[in-house]
Amino acid sequence: MKKILSIKNVVVSILGLLVIWQLVYSIGNFGDALFPSPSGAWKALVKIAKNGILLKSIGTSMYRFAVGYISGVVAAVLLGLLLGRCAGVFKYINPVIQLLRPISPTAWMPFIVLWFGIGDIPAIVIIIIAAFFPVLLSTVAAVGGIDPIYLKVSGNFGIKQPQLMWKIIFPAAFPQIANGIRLALGTSWIFLVAGEMIGCQSGLGYLIIDSRNNIDSATLLATIFVIGIIGLLLDTVLSVSEKRILKSWGGGE
Amino acid sequence: MYIEIQNAGKRFLQNGKEFTAFENVSLSIDKGEFICLLGPSGCGKSTLLNAVAGFDPVTEGSVKIDGEEVVKPSLEYVTIFQNYGLLPWRTVLKNVELGLESKKFSKKLSKEQRRKIAEKYIDLVNLSEFKYSHPNRISGGMKQRVAIARALAVSPEIIFMDEPFGALDAITRMKLQEDILRISKEERKTIIFVTHDIEEAVFLADRIVIMTPNPGKIKSIINVPLTRYGRDRTSDDFIVLRDKVFEIFNMKHDNNIEYVI
Repeated sequence: MKKILSIKNVVVSILGLLVIWQLVYSIGNFGDALFPSPSGAWKALVKIAKNGILLKSIGTSMYRFAVGYISGVVAAVLLGLLLGRCAGVFKYINPVIQLLRPISPTAWMPFIVLWFGIGDIPAIVIIIIAAFFPVLLSTVAAVGGIDPIYLKVSGNFGIKQPQLMWKIIFPAAFPQIANGIRLALGTSWIFLVAGEMIGCQSGLGYLIIDSRNNIDSATLLATIFVIGIIGLLLDTVLSVSEKRILKSWGGGE
Repeated sequence: MYIEIQNAGKRFLQNGKEFTAFENVSLSIDKGEFICLLGPSGCGKSTLLNAVAGFDPVTEGSVKIDGEEVVKPSLEYVTIFQNYGLLPWRTVLKNVELGLESKKFSKKLSKEQRRKIAEKYIDLVNLSEFKYSHPNRISGGMKQRVAIARALAVSPEIIFMDEPFGALDAITRMKLQEDILRISKEERKTIIFVTHDIEEAVFLADRIVIMTPNPGKIKSIINVPLTRYGRDRTSDDFIVLRDKVFEIFNMKHDNNIEYVI
């Protein structure tokens, strides 16, 4: 019942968007170059799907995203587990993290392009930066917030490092780490597009810049929707797998 | 004597003030004894247990087990806590195997052997049906049974229990009290059991160590001369003994007869 309702919600919501869009297009009469119609965007989508540009761009972007996101998350979790256990060290590192965290990853773009050139690497580096901080901070907080009884019990039963880390600390902290990982997914996806708009000659972000240069606003809008849909799908996949893992570990419902 | 506590005390700083959890505690415990530390909250009984178990050693005097000063927890003396301390991401079976994964056992035991030992003790606490369940799927009483099985699996010399049945309802608690008596008989463990429940102490203990607060100290030690197994909570002997403990806490009002007509 709940699922049927939610499908209904989605359909009504999307239809509403299309209706308003069409109305604004018909009434406003801004001209196709400024404000494409739904059907114009759809035609553009079909066109780039047919000539292969869409699939190629998605593939390039997904590759960069996967490499950047996974390496950012893995590095942040590993470092977070260590720093979470060394509260004394973290006190000295935390101010620097707090200083770097509010800086938008794209602010580093000039340096990144200078150091790594144009290509896959700038986009990947941007995503690494975007994924790194939320995951690092949530991991440190999760490790610091572990119920002390787990440590007491494992101490009593002779569980020592490195076993302690992966048998006790990581699973105990996992629910909160998973929160950070999911949060980072959204941020990283946002910055993938930003990164590709500046530092690349391919991918979905570049497709936007390319459409702008060709004054092809219908393709531009179609690409924007594709980016939104992929972001939504990624989030769904991650939240489903997060729930699966939590369930197999005895948590959640 | 097996456990030797001499003039032990525990002080720590609390908000800049020195606080004495307990002081001048001397107590000797024999192998195989069932000792209950009984007293109201704040009498330092749990702090004393934590000190003897090695989690938070004493600051004065000494605590020796088998002739050796206690400075840290050990697989030889396992503690069971009120809130169970089960790992929620592990099944019952895997929880019981925890201690067997430590260095001390992991070299000697294969995976199958570990599993066999765990299953044996899960059987002993009557939880075989639930060995693949996660802790959040079973009741509080069952969780504490898992904790007991996990403790027994590493065959410790001593089991410390810190108000283990405090969070359970009265009927489950009585059932578990009977189980722990049966197990202490079958497994011949030395058990030190912290409680604030007078009846529980009389039902379980060979000796009851009564503690009073401000600062925590031992007020008296009562031998329980009842048969160790199959104690009857409604028998006269049981009630007499229970009343004696009530008197020590000044909770029993004497019928002061001032005149007789």
